[in-house]
Amino acid sequence: MRKGPSLFNVTSVALGLAFLYLPIAILVIYSFNASRLVTVWGGWSTRWYVALLDDRAMLEATWNSLRIAALSATAATVLGTLAAVVLVRAGRFHGRTAFSAMVYAPLVMPEVITGLSLLLLFVALNVDRGFWTVAIAHTTLTLSFVTVVVQSRLLDFDRSLEEAAMDLGCPPLRTFITVTLPLIFPAIAAGWMLAFTLSFDDLVIASFTTGPGATTLPMRIYSEVRLGVKPQINAICTIMIAVVAIGVIAAALVAKRRGLARAR
Amino acid sequence: MTDADRQVDSQVDSQVDSQVNSQVNSRRAAGRRARGRRLIALIPALWLVVFFLVPFLIVLRISLSQTVIAQPPYLPLLDLSAGWQGLRDFVAGLSFDSYRLLASDGLYATFYLRSLAIAALSTLLLLLIGYPLAYGIARVPRRLQPVLVMAVFLPFLTAFLIRIYAWINILQREGLLNDALMALGLVRQPLVWLSTDTAIIIGIVYSYLPFMVLPLYASLEKMDETLLEAAADLGCPRWKAFWLVTAPLSTPGVAAGALLCFIPIAGEYVIPDLLGGSGAQMIGQTLWTEFFQNKDWPVASAVAVALLVALLAPILIYQHLQARALEGR
Repeated sequence: MRKGPSLFNVTSVALGLAFLYLPIAILVIYSFNASRLVTVWGGWSTRWYVALLDDRAMLEATWNSLRIAALSATAATVLGTLAAVVLVRAGRFHGRTAFSAMVYAPLVMPEVITGLSLLLLFVALNVDRGFWTVAIAHTTLTLSFVTVVVQSRLLDFDRSLEEAAMDLGCPPLRTFITVTLPLIFPAIAAGWMLAFTLSFDDLVIASFTTGPGATTLPMRIYSEVRLGVKPQINAICTIMIAVVAIGVIAAALVAKRRGLARAR
Repeated sequence: MTDADRQVDSQVDSQVDSQVNSQVNSRRAAGRRARGRRLIALIPALWLVVFFLVPFLIVLRISLSQTVIAQPPYLPLLDLSAGWQGLRDFVAGLSFDSYRLLASDGLYATFYLRSLAIAALSTLLLLLIGYPLAYGIARVPRRLQPVLVMAVFLPFLTAFLIRIYAWINILQREGLLNDALMALGLVRQPLVWLSTDTAIIIGIVYSYLPFMVLPLYASLEKMDETLLEAAADLGCPRWKAFWLVTAPLSTPGVAAGALLCFIPIAGEYVIPDLLGGSGAQMIGQTLWTEFFQNKDWPVASAVAVALLVALLAPILIYQHLQARALEGR
Protein backbone atom coordinates (compact mmCIF):
# COMPACT_ATOMS: atom_id res chain seq x y z
CA MET A 1 0.00 0.00 0.00
CA ARG A 2 1.59 3.18 -1.16
CA LYS A 3 0.38 6.57 0.02
CA GLY A 4 -0.05 9.24 -2.63
CA PRO A 5 1.87 12.52 -2.59
CA SER A 6 0.89 14.99 0.11
CA LEU A 7 -0.03 18.60 -0.56
CA PHE A 8 3.49 19.52 0.58
CA ASN A 9 5.01 17.16 -2.00
CA VAL A 10 2.93 18.57 -4.84
CA THR A 11 3.63 22.17 -3.81
CA SER A 12 7.39 21.64 -3.63
CA VAL A 13 7.47 20.01 -7.05
CA ALA A 14 5.35 22.80 -8.55
CA LEU A 15 7.45 25.57 -6.98
CA GLY A 16 10.69 23.85 -7.94
CA LEU A 17 9.66 23.52 -11.58
CA ALA A 18 8.38 27.11 -11.63
CA PHE A 19 11.75 28.31 -10.34
CA LEU A 20 13.53 26.30 -13.05
CA TYR A 21 11.32 27.34 -15.96
CA LEU A 22 10.15 30.90 -15.23
CA PRO A 23 13.45 32.59 -16.22
CA ILE A 24 13.60 30.55 -19.43
CA ALA A 25 9.98 31.38 -20.26
CA ILE A 26 10.63 35.09 -19.72
CA LEU A 27 13.66 34.94 -21.99
CA VAL A 28 11.68 33.23 -24.74
CA ILE A 29 8.84 35.77 -24.51
CA TYR A 30 11.21 38.74 -24.62
CA SER A 31 12.97 37.36 -27.71
CA PHE A 32 9.76 38.25 -29.59
CA ASN A 33 9.74 41.78 -28.21
CA ALA A 34 9.57 44.43 -30.93
CA SER A 35 11.21 47.09 -28.75
CA ARG A 36 14.96 47.65 -28.87
CA LEU A 37 14.87 48.32 -25.11
CA VAL A 38 14.94 44.94 -23.53
CA THR A 39 12.85 45.97 -20.56
CA VAL A 40 10.03 47.70 -22.43
CA TRP A 41 7.40 45.58 -24.12
CA GLY A 42 6.79 46.89 -27.64
CA GLY A 43 4.53 44.21 -29.10
CA TRP A 44 5.29 40.90 -30.80
CA SER A 45 7.91 40.75 -33.53
CA THR A 46 10.41 38.38 -35.10
CA ARG A 47 12.83 41.14 -36.11
CA TRP A 48 15.64 39.89 -33.84
CA TYR A 49 15.54 36.49 -35.50
CA VAL A 50 15.88 38.16 -38.89
CA ALA A 51 18.73 40.28 -37.56
CA LEU A 52 20.55 37.10 -36.51
CA LEU A 53 20.76 35.93 -40.11
CA ASP A 54 22.92 38.96 -40.91
CA ASP A 55 25.24 38.38 -37.98
CA ARG A 56 28.06 36.60 -39.79
CA ALA A 57 30.28 36.30 -36.70
CA MET A 58 27.48 34.64 -34.78
CA LEU A 59 26.72 32.19 -37.60
CA GLU A 60 30.38 31.29 -37.97
CA ALA A 61 30.69 30.72 -34.22
CA THR A 62 27.60 28.49 -34.31
CA TRP A 63 29.11 26.42 -37.11
CA ASN A 64 32.38 26.03 -35.16
CA SER A 65 30.48 24.96 -32.05
CA LEU A 66 28.41 22.40 -33.93
CA ARG A 67 31.48 20.81 -35.50
CA ILE A 68 33.42 20.73 -32.25
CA ALA A 69 30.45 19.33 -30.34
CA ALA A 70 29.77 16.56 -32.90
CA LEU A 71 33.40 15.50 -33.05
CA SER A 72 34.11 15.61 -29.32
CA ALA A 73 30.81 13.93 -28.41
CA THR A 74 31.59 11.05 -30.75
CA ALA A 75 35.11 10.58 -29.39
CA ALA A 76 33.87 10.93 -25.80
CA THR A 77 31.13 8.36 -26.42
CA VAL A 78 33.63 5.76 -27.63
CA LEU A 79 36.09 6.40 -24.80
CA GLY A 80 33.41 6.82 -22.14
CA THR A 81 31.60 3.61 -23.13
CA LEU A 82 34.87 1.66 -22.97
CA ALA A 83 35.56 3.12 -19.53
CA ALA A 84 32.06 2.19 -18.35
CA VAL A 85 32.42 -1.40 -19.58
CA VAL A 86 35.74 -1.68 -17.77
CA LEU A 87 34.39 -0.20 -14.52
CA VAL A 88 31.27 -2.39 -14.44
CA ARG A 89 32.57 -5.64 -15.91
CA ALA A 90 36.28 -6.03 -15.34
CA GLY A 91 36.04 -6.69 -11.60
CA ARG A 92 39.00 -5.74 -9.48
CA PHE A 93 42.29 -5.13 -11.21
CA HIS A 94 45.53 -3.45 -10.44
CA GLY A 95 45.14 0.30 -10.82
CA ARG A 96 41.35 0.19 -10.70
CA THR A 97 41.17 2.86 -8.00
CA ALA A 98 43.45 5.15 -9.98
CA PHE A 99 41.48 4.46 -13.13
CA SER A 100 38.09 5.23 -11.58
CA ALA A 101 39.56 8.33 -9.92
CA MET A 102 40.67 9.63 -13.31
CA VAL A 103 37.30 8.85 -14.85
CA TYR A 104 35.20 10.56 -12.18
CA ALA A 105 37.44 13.55 -11.43
CA PRO A 106 36.53 15.60 -14.53
CA LEU A 107 32.87 15.48 -13.39
CA VAL A 108 33.51 17.78 -10.47
CA MET A 109 36.77 19.49 -11.39
CA PRO A 110 36.29 23.28 -11.60
CA GLU A 111 36.42 24.24 -15.26
CA VAL A 112 39.03 26.95 -14.77
CA ILE A 113 41.49 24.32 -13.53
CA THR A 114 40.81 21.86 -16.38
CA GLY A 115 40.98 24.66 -18.93
CA LEU A 116 44.23 26.12 -17.63
CA SER A 117 45.93 22.73 -17.33
CA LEU A 118 44.97 21.67 -20.86
CA LEU A 119 46.14 24.95 -22.29
CA LEU A 120 49.51 24.60 -20.55
CA LEU A 121 49.78 21.07 -21.99
CA PHE A 122 49.14 22.35 -25.52
CA VAL A 123 51.71 25.11 -25.01
CA ALA A 124 54.25 22.61 -23.69
CA LEU A 125 53.65 20.38 -26.72
CA ASN A 126 53.90 23.44 -28.95
CA VAL A 127 50.60 22.66 -30.70
CA ASP A 128 48.77 25.35 -32.68
CA ARG A 129 45.59 26.09 -30.78
CA GLY A 130 42.20 26.13 -32.48
CA PHE A 131 39.52 23.72 -33.55
CA TRP A 132 41.38 20.51 -32.64
CA THR A 133 42.58 21.61 -29.23
CA VAL A 134 39.06 22.63 -28.19
CA ALA A 135 37.72 19.31 -29.49
CA ILE A 136 40.32 17.37 -27.47
CA ALA A 137 39.58 19.42 -24.36
CA HIS A 138 35.84 18.82 -24.71
CA THR A 139 36.35 15.09 -25.25
CA THR A 140 38.27 14.95 -21.98
CA LEU A 141 35.58 16.92 -20.15
CA THR A 142 32.59 14.98 -21.46
CA LEU A 143 33.79 11.37 -21.51
CA SER A 144 33.17 11.08 -17.76
CA PHE A 145 29.53 12.05 -18.24
CA VAL A 146 29.13 9.38 -20.92
CA THR A 147 30.69 6.84 -18.56
CA VAL A 148 28.21 7.65 -15.79
CA VAL A 149 25.21 7.35 -18.12
CA VAL A 150 26.35 4.11 -19.79
CA GLN A 151 27.51 2.61 -16.50
CA SER A 152 24.08 2.91 -14.91
CA ARG A 153 22.54 1.10 -17.87
CA LEU A 154 25.17 -1.67 -17.75
CA LEU A 155 24.43 -2.19 -14.07
CA ASP A 156 20.71 -2.54 -14.75
CA PHE A 157 20.49 -5.00 -17.59
CA ASP A 158 20.18 -8.75 -17.61
CA ARG A 159 23.60 -10.38 -17.93
CA SER A 160 22.20 -13.82 -18.62
CA LEU A 161 21.72 -12.85 -22.29
CA GLU A 162 25.44 -12.19 -22.67
CA GLU A 163 26.30 -15.34 -20.78
CA ALA A 164 23.94 -17.40 -22.94
CA ALA A 165 25.59 -16.08 -26.12
CA MET A 166 29.03 -16.94 -24.83
CA ASP A 167 28.01 -20.35 -23.52
CA LEU A 168 26.81 -21.08 -27.05
CA GLY A 169 30.30 -20.31 -28.29
CA CYS A 170 30.01 -16.70 -29.39
CA PRO A 171 33.39 -14.98 -29.01
CA PRO A 172 33.50 -12.10 -26.47
CA LEU A 173 33.98 -9.30 -28.99
CA ARG A 174 31.11 -10.56 -31.13
CA THR A 175 28.92 -10.97 -28.06
CA PHE A 176 29.67 -7.38 -27.13
CA ILE A 177 28.76 -6.10 -30.59
CA THR A 178 25.68 -8.26 -31.23
CA VAL A 179 24.22 -8.57 -27.71
CA THR A 180 25.57 -5.96 -25.32
CA LEU A 181 25.79 -2.98 -27.64
CA PRO A 182 22.15 -3.09 -28.84
CA LEU A 183 21.00 -3.46 -25.22
CA ILE A 184 22.93 -0.45 -23.97
CA PHE A 185 22.38 1.59 -27.11
CA PRO A 186 19.76 3.95 -25.57
CA ALA A 187 22.28 4.88 -22.88
CA ILE A 188 25.03 5.38 -25.45
CA ALA A 189 22.74 7.65 -27.47
CA ALA A 190 21.80 9.58 -24.32
CA GLY A 191 25.49 9.86 -23.43
CA TRP A 192 26.29 11.24 -26.88
CA MET A 193 23.52 13.83 -26.61
CA LEU A 194 24.68 14.86 -23.16
CA ALA A 195 28.28 15.15 -24.37
CA PHE A 196 27.16 17.15 -27.39
CA THR A 197 25.20 19.68 -25.33
CA LEU A 198 27.96 19.97 -22.72
CA SER A 199 30.47 20.75 -25.45
CA PHE A 200 28.11 23.10 -27.25
CA ASP A 201 27.54 24.85 -23.94
CA ASP A 202 31.06 25.22 -22.63
CA LEU A 203 32.60 28.66 -22.32
CA VAL A 204 35.45 28.37 -19.84
CA ILE A 205 37.43 25.43 -21.22
CA ALA A 206 36.94 26.61 -24.80
CA SER A 207 38.22 30.09 -23.90
CA PHE A 208 41.43 28.61 -22.52
CA THR A 209 42.12 26.12 -25.29
CA THR A 210 40.96 27.97 -28.41
CA GLY A 211 43.03 29.82 -30.94
CA PRO A 212 42.56 32.18 -33.86
CA GLY A 213 39.58 31.37 -36.07
CA ALA A 214 37.96 28.95 -33.64
CA THR A 215 35.62 31.20 -31.66
CA THR A 216 32.73 29.13 -30.34
CA LEU A 217 29.13 30.25 -29.89
CA PRO A 218 29.28 30.55 -26.09
CA MET A 219 32.44 32.69 -26.42
CA ARG A 220 30.63 34.92 -28.91
CA ILE A 221 27.50 35.19 -26.72
CA TYR A 222 29.64 35.85 -23.65
CA SER A 223 31.46 38.76 -25.24
CA GLU A 224 28.09 40.26 -26.28
CA VAL A 225 26.48 39.66 -22.89
CA ARG A 226 29.33 41.38 -21.08
CA LEU A 227 28.48 44.53 -23.01
CA GLY A 228 24.88 44.39 -21.83
CA VAL A 229 21.58 42.72 -22.60
CA LYS A 230 20.70 42.66 -26.30
CA PRO A 231 17.50 41.44 -27.94
CA GLN A 232 19.41 39.33 -30.52
CA ILE A 233 20.89 37.31 -27.68
CA ASN A 234 17.37 36.51 -26.46
CA ALA A 235 16.58 35.29 -29.97
CA ILE A 236 19.62 33.03 -30.33
CA CYS A 237 19.02 31.65 -26.83
CA THR A 238 15.43 30.82 -27.75
CA ILE A 239 16.61 28.97 -30.85
CA MET A 240 19.06 26.96 -28.76
CA ILE A 241 16.37 26.11 -26.22
CA ALA A 242 13.98 25.04 -29.00
CA VAL A 243 16.62 22.79 -30.60
CA VAL A 244 17.42 21.11 -27.28
CA ALA A 245 13.73 20.68 -26.39
CA ILE A 246 12.92 19.16 -29.81
CA GLY A 247 15.92 16.84 -29.55
CA VAL A 248 14.97 15.62 -26.10
CA ILE A 249 11.30 15.13 -26.93
CA ALA A 250 12.19 13.27 -30.14
CA ALA A 251 14.59 11.03 -28.21
CA ALA A 252 11.93 10.34 -25.59
CA LEU A 253 9.37 9.43 -28.27
CA VAL A 254 11.80 7.10 -30.03
CA ALA A 255 12.63 5.42 -26.72
CA LYS A 256 8.94 5.01 -25.95
CA ARG A 257 8.22 3.45 -29.35
CA ARG A 258 11.10 1.06 -28.95
CA GLY A 259 9.78 0.16 -25.51
CA LEU A 260 6.30 -0.47 -26.90
CA ALA A 261 7.66 -2.53 -29.78
CA ARG A 262 9.56 -4.70 -27.31
CA ALA A 263 6.54 -5.09 -25.05
CA ARG A 264 4.45 -6.51 -27.88
CA MET B 1 53.37 -5.55 -27.40
CA THR B 2 54.95 -2.76 -25.43
CA ASP B 3 56.53 -3.08 -22.00
CA ALA B 4 53.53 -1.41 -20.43
CA ASP B 5 51.22 -3.99 -22.01
CA ARG B 6 53.37 -6.84 -20.77
CA GLN B 7 53.38 -5.37 -17.29
CA VAL B 8 49.62 -5.03 -17.19
CA ASP B 9 49.32 -8.55 -18.60
CA SER B 10 51.38 -10.04 -15.85
CA GLN B 11 49.45 -8.15 -13.21
CA VAL B 12 46.21 -9.25 -14.75
CA ASP B 13 47.39 -12.88 -14.96
CA SER B 14 48.24 -12.98 -11.30
CA GLN B 15 44.79 -11.76 -10.37
CA VAL B 16 42.57 -13.57 -12.81
CA ASP B 17 42.86 -16.93 -11.04
CA SER B 18 42.22 -15.63 -7.58
CA GLN B 19 39.24 -13.54 -8.48
CA VAL B 20 37.09 -15.25 -11.01
CA ASN B 21 34.60 -17.14 -8.95
CA SER B 22 31.98 -18.04 -11.49
CA GLN B 23 31.00 -21.61 -12.17
CA VAL B 24 33.90 -23.97 -12.51
CA ASN B 25 33.34 -24.98 -16.13
CA SER B 26 33.08 -21.43 -17.44
CA ARG B 27 35.84 -20.20 -15.20
CA ARG B 28 38.55 -20.17 -17.83
CA ALA B 29 36.44 -18.36 -20.40
CA ALA B 30 35.23 -15.80 -17.88
CA GLY B 31 38.83 -15.14 -16.90
CA ARG B 32 39.78 -14.50 -20.48
CA ARG B 33 36.82 -12.16 -20.91
CA ALA B 34 37.64 -10.15 -17.79
CA ARG B 35 41.23 -9.94 -18.96
CA GLY B 36 40.14 -8.61 -22.34
CA ARG B 37 38.06 -5.97 -20.59
CA ARG B 38 41.00 -4.92 -18.48
CA LEU B 39 43.08 -4.46 -21.59
CA ILE B 40 40.53 -2.12 -23.15
CA ALA B 41 40.87 -0.01 -20.01
CA LEU B 42 44.18 1.08 -21.52
CA ILE B 43 42.49 3.13 -24.25
CA PRO B 44 40.47 5.54 -22.06
CA ALA B 45 43.20 5.37 -19.39
CA LEU B 46 45.83 6.52 -21.85
CA TRP B 47 43.61 9.40 -23.00
CA LEU B 48 42.99 10.52 -19.43
CA VAL B 49 46.65 10.26 -18.46
CA VAL B 50 47.71 12.43 -21.40
CA PHE B 51 44.90 14.98 -21.29
CA PHE B 52 43.95 15.05 -17.62
CA LEU B 53 46.77 13.85 -15.37
CA VAL B 54 49.86 15.15 -17.19
CA PRO B 55 48.32 18.64 -17.58
CA PHE B 56 48.04 18.86 -13.77
CA LEU B 57 51.71 18.06 -13.43
CA ILE B 58 52.46 20.84 -15.90
CA VAL B 59 50.32 23.25 -13.85
CA LEU B 60 52.28 22.25 -10.77
CA ARG B 61 55.58 22.79 -12.58
CA ILE B 62 54.58 26.18 -13.97
CA SER B 63 53.32 27.33 -10.58
CA LEU B 64 56.97 26.95 -9.49
CA SER B 65 58.27 29.06 -12.37
CA GLN B 66 58.81 32.76 -12.78
CA THR B 67 57.14 35.12 -15.21
CA VAL B 68 59.21 36.48 -18.07
CA ILE B 69 58.31 38.42 -21.15
CA ALA B 70 59.02 35.72 -23.71
CA GLN B 71 57.42 32.81 -25.48
CA PRO B 72 56.53 30.76 -23.44
CA PRO B 73 56.19 33.43 -20.72
CA TYR B 74 57.87 31.56 -17.87
CA LEU B 75 61.27 30.35 -16.67
CA PRO B 76 63.09 28.01 -16.12
CA LEU B 77 62.77 25.83 -19.21
CA LEU B 78 63.87 22.23 -19.09
CA ASP B 79 66.66 21.71 -21.62
CA LEU B 80 66.83 17.96 -22.15
CA SER B 81 69.63 18.21 -24.68
CA ALA B 82 71.92 19.48 -21.93
CA GLY B 83 71.46 16.19 -20.06
CA TRP B 84 71.97 16.12 -16.30
CA GLN B 85 73.28 19.68 -16.24
CA GLY B 86 70.06 20.83 -17.91
CA LEU B 87 67.95 19.05 -15.29
CA ARG B 88 70.05 20.48 -12.46
CA ASP B 89 69.73 24.03 -13.85
CA PHE B 90 65.99 23.48 -14.19
CA VAL B 91 65.54 22.35 -10.59
CA ALA B 92 67.74 25.20 -9.33
CA GLY B 93 65.60 27.65 -11.29
CA LEU B 94 62.33 26.61 -9.65
CA SER B 95 60.94 29.09 -7.18
CA PHE B 96 58.13 29.46 -4.72
CA ASP B 97 57.63 33.15 -5.56
CA SER B 98 54.06 32.68 -6.81
CA TYR B 99 53.02 30.90 -3.63
CA ARG B 100 54.81 33.55 -1.56
CA LEU B 101 52.76 36.19 -3.39
CA LEU B 102 49.52 34.30 -2.73
CA ALA B 103 50.37 34.02 0.95
CA SER B 104 51.54 37.62 1.44
CA ASP B 105 48.83 39.45 -0.49
CA GLY B 106 45.73 39.32 1.70
CA LEU B 107 43.45 39.82 -1.30
CA TYR B 108 44.09 36.27 -2.56
CA ALA B 109 43.25 34.78 0.82
CA THR B 110 40.06 36.89 0.95
CA PHE B 111 38.89 35.71 -2.49
CA TYR B 112 39.85 32.14 -1.65
CA LEU B 113 37.86 32.06 1.58
CA ARG B 114 35.01 33.97 -0.01
CA SER B 115 34.70 31.32 -2.73
CA LEU B 116 34.55 28.53 -0.19
CA ALA B 117 31.99 30.46 1.88
CA ILE B 118 29.76 31.17 -1.14
CA ALA B 119 30.06 27.53 -2.22
CA ALA B 120 29.09 26.33 1.26
CA LEU B 121 26.14 28.71 1.57
CA SER B 122 24.87 27.89 -1.94
CA THR B 123 25.18 24.16 -1.28
CA LEU B 124 23.12 24.56 1.88
CA LEU B 125 20.42 26.50 0.01
CA LEU B 126 20.49 23.92 -2.78
CA LEU B 127 19.83 21.20 -0.23
CA LEU B 128 16.96 23.15 1.32
CA ILE B 129 15.33 23.68 -2.09
CA GLY B 130 16.42 20.44 -3.74
CA TYR B 131 15.42 18.02 -1.01
CA PRO B 132 11.66 18.81 -0.97
CA LEU B 133 11.68 18.81 -4.77
CA ALA B 134 13.40 15.41 -5.02
CA TYR B 135 11.24 14.02 -2.23
CA GLY B 136 8.09 15.27 -3.96
CA ILE B 137 9.13 13.65 -7.25
CA ALA B 138 9.82 10.36 -5.48
CA ARG B 139 6.30 10.44 -3.96
CA VAL B 140 4.20 11.07 -7.09
CA PRO B 141 2.81 8.05 -9.02
CA ARG B 142 5.62 6.01 -10.62
CA ARG B 143 4.66 6.61 -14.24
CA LEU B 144 4.94 10.40 -13.76
CA GLN B 145 8.38 10.23 -12.17
CA PRO B 146 10.50 9.90 -15.34
CA VAL B 147 8.72 12.90 -16.86
CA LEU B 148 9.42 15.05 -13.80
CA VAL B 149 13.04 13.90 -13.61
CA MET B 150 13.45 14.88 -17.26
CA ALA B 151 11.78 18.23 -16.52
CA VAL B 152 14.37 18.92 -13.83
CA PHE B 153 17.20 17.82 -16.09
CA LEU B 154 16.08 19.68 -19.22
CA PRO B 155 17.21 23.18 -18.13
CA PHE B 156 20.65 21.70 -17.53
CA LEU B 157 20.79 20.82 -21.22
CA THR B 158 19.82 24.32 -22.33
CA ALA B 159 23.00 26.30 -22.35
CA PHE B 160 24.37 27.31 -19.00
CA LEU B 161 25.28 30.76 -20.29
CA ILE B 162 21.70 31.32 -21.40
CA ARG B 163 20.31 30.52 -17.98
CA ILE B 164 22.65 33.01 -16.33
CA TYR B 165 21.83 35.55 -18.99
CA ALA B 166 18.11 35.06 -18.31
CA TRP B 167 18.73 36.19 -14.76
CA ILE B 168 20.40 39.40 -15.94
CA ASN B 169 17.09 40.22 -17.65
CA ILE B 170 15.26 39.60 -14.39
CA LEU B 171 17.64 41.09 -11.84
CA GLN B 172 18.71 44.32 -13.54
CA ARG B 173 17.55 47.66 -12.15
CA GLU B 174 14.62 48.00 -14.59
CA GLY B 175 14.20 44.26 -14.61
CA LEU B 176 11.17 42.12 -14.00
CA LEU B 177 11.89 41.38 -10.35
CA ASN B 178 11.82 45.06 -9.42
CA ASP B 179 8.77 45.60 -11.63
CA ALA B 180 6.97 42.78 -9.87
CA LEU B 181 7.97 43.94 -6.39
CA MET B 182 6.86 47.52 -7.11
CA ALA B 183 3.61 46.39 -8.71
CA LEU B 184 2.87 44.38 -5.59
CA GLY B 185 3.67 47.45 -3.49
CA LEU B 186 6.37 45.61 -1.55
CA VAL B 187 9.03 48.20 -2.35
CA ARG B 188 8.79 51.81 -3.54
CA GLN B 189 12.24 52.24 -5.03
CA PRO B 190 13.83 49.71 -7.37
CA LEU B 191 16.30 47.61 -5.40
CA VAL B 192 19.81 46.77 -6.52
CA TRP B 193 19.98 43.03 -7.28
CA LEU B 194 22.49 42.71 -10.06
CA SER B 195 26.19 42.93 -9.09
CA THR B 196 25.54 41.71 -5.56
CA ASP B 197 26.35 38.48 -3.74
CA THR B 198 22.62 37.74 -3.64
CA ALA B 199 22.61 37.68 -7.44
CA ILE B 200 25.61 35.32 -7.49
CA ILE B 201 23.92 32.94 -5.09
CA ILE B 202 20.60 33.04 -6.98
CA GLY B 203 22.48 32.25 -10.21
CA ILE B 204 24.41 29.39 -8.59
CA VAL B 205 21.35 27.84 -6.95
CA TYR B 206 19.46 28.09 -10.22
CA SER B 207 22.23 26.54 -12.32
CA TYR B 208 23.18 23.72 -9.98
CA LEU B 209 19.70 22.63 -8.87
CA PRO B 210 19.59 19.62 -11.25
CA PHE B 211 22.96 18.42 -9.87
CA MET B 212 21.46 18.42 -6.39
CA VAL B 213 18.04 16.99 -7.22
CA LEU B 214 19.11 14.03 -9.37
CA PRO B 215 21.34 12.22 -6.83
CA LEU B 216 18.81 12.99 -4.08
CA TYR B 217 15.99 11.56 -6.15
CA ALA B 218 18.07 8.47 -6.98
CA SER B 219 18.53 7.67 -3.31
CA LEU B 220 14.94 8.54 -2.28
CA GLU B 221 13.38 6.57 -5.13
CA LYS B 222 15.18 3.36 -4.14
CA MET B 223 13.81 3.56 -0.63
CA ASP B 224 11.78 0.70 0.73
CA GLU B 225 8.25 1.96 1.36
CA THR B 226 7.51 -0.85 3.81
CA LEU B 227 9.91 0.71 6.30
CA LEU B 228 7.69 3.79 6.52
CA GLU B 229 4.59 1.62 6.76
CA ALA B 230 6.15 -0.35 9.57
CA ALA B 231 6.94 2.91 11.36
CA ALA B 232 3.35 4.09 10.87
CA ASP B 233 1.92 0.76 12.08
CA LEU B 234 3.98 1.07 15.22
CA GLY B 235 2.45 4.50 15.85
CA CYS B 236 5.31 6.70 14.71
CA PRO B 237 4.05 10.08 13.47
CA ARG B 238 4.88 10.94 9.86
CA TRP B 239 7.41 13.71 10.57
CA LYS B 240 9.22 11.53 13.06
CA ALA B 241 9.32 8.63 10.62
CA PHE B 242 10.86 11.04 8.10
CA TRP B 243 13.66 11.96 10.50
CA LEU B 244 14.24 8.44 11.75
CA VAL B 245 13.85 6.50 8.48
CA THR B 246 13.86 8.60 5.32
CA ALA B 247 16.55 11.14 6.22
CA PRO B 248 19.21 8.61 7.32
CA LEU B 249 18.55 6.42 4.28
CA SER B 250 18.97 9.36 1.91
CA THR B 251 22.35 10.49 3.30
CA PRO B 252 24.33 8.96 0.40
CA GLY B 253 22.22 11.08 -1.98
CA VAL B 254 22.68 14.16 0.18
CA ALA B 255 26.44 13.63 0.27
CA ALA B 256 26.72 13.00 -3.48
CA GLY B 257 24.53 15.99 -4.34
CA ALA B 258 26.32 18.32 -1.94
CA LEU B 259 29.77 17.37 -3.25
CA LEU B 260 28.66 17.45 -6.88
CA CYS B 261 27.61 21.07 -6.24
CA PHE B 262 30.17 22.34 -3.74
CA ILE B 263 33.32 21.36 -5.65
CA PRO B 264 32.60 23.04 -9.00
CA ILE B 265 30.88 26.04 -7.35
CA ALA B 266 34.07 26.82 -5.42
CA GLY B 267 35.88 27.32 -8.73
CA GLU B 268 32.97 28.97 -10.55
CA TYR B 269 33.88 31.73 -13.00
CA VAL B 270 30.98 32.61 -15.29
CA ILE B 271 28.25 33.17 -12.67
CA PRO B 272 30.15 35.62 -10.43
CA ASP B 273 31.55 37.34 -13.50
CA LEU B 274 28.15 38.03 -15.06
CA LEU B 275 25.99 38.47 -11.96
CA GLY B 276 28.46 39.66 -9.30
CA GLY B 277 29.98 43.02 -8.55
CA SER B 278 33.35 44.16 -9.79
CA GLY B 279 34.93 44.63 -6.37
CA ALA B 280 34.84 41.26 -4.66
CA GLN B 281 35.85 38.23 -6.67
CA MET B 282 35.65 34.48 -6.42
CA ILE B 283 38.90 32.59 -6.82
CA GLY B 284 37.96 31.31 -10.28
CA GLN B 285 37.79 34.93 -11.45
CA THR B 286 41.19 35.59 -9.88
CA LEU B 287 42.69 32.71 -11.84
CA TRP B 288 41.04 33.98 -15.03
CA THR B 289 42.30 37.55 -14.51
CA GLU B 290 45.84 36.46 -13.68
CA PHE B 291 45.93 34.35 -16.81
CA PHE B 292 44.08 36.39 -19.42
CA GLN B 293 44.65 39.96 -18.26
CA ASN B 294 47.89 39.94 -16.27
CA LYS B 295 49.38 37.14 -18.41
CA ASP B 296 50.98 35.84 -15.24
CA TRP B 297 50.95 32.11 -15.89
CA PRO B 298 52.91 31.07 -12.77
CA VAL B 299 50.54 32.94 -10.43
CA ALA B 300 47.47 31.59 -12.29
CA SER B 301 48.90 28.08 -11.92
CA ALA B 302 49.62 28.62 -8.24
CA VAL B 303 46.00 29.77 -7.74
CA ALA B 304 44.84 26.59 -9.51
CA VAL B 305 47.05 24.42 -7.28
CA ALA B 306 45.84 26.20 -4.13
CA LEU B 307 42.21 25.74 -5.18
CA LEU B 308 42.82 22.08 -5.94
CA VAL B 309 44.40 21.54 -2.52
CA ALA B 310 41.31 22.98 -0.83
CA LEU B 311 39.05 20.75 -2.93
CA LEU B 312 41.17 17.60 -2.65
CA ALA B 313 39.36 16.22 0.40
CA PRO B 314 35.85 16.76 -1.04
CA ILE B 315 36.97 15.27 -4.39
CA LEU B 316 38.38 12.17 -2.69
CA ILE B 317 35.20 11.71 -0.63
CA TYR B 318 33.15 12.05 -3.81
CA GLN B 319 35.33 9.43 -5.57
CA HIS B 320 34.92 7.10 -2.63
CA LEU B 321 31.12 7.47 -2.69
CA GLN B 322 31.03 6.83 -6.45
CA ALA B 323 33.14 3.69 -6.14
CA ARG B 324 31.02 2.43 -3.24
CA ALA B 325 27.78 3.09 -5.11
CA LEU B 326 29.16 1.05 -8.02
CA GLU B 327 30.04 -1.91 -5.81
CA GLY B 328 26.88 -1.75 -3.74
CA ARG B 329 24.54 -2.41 -6.67
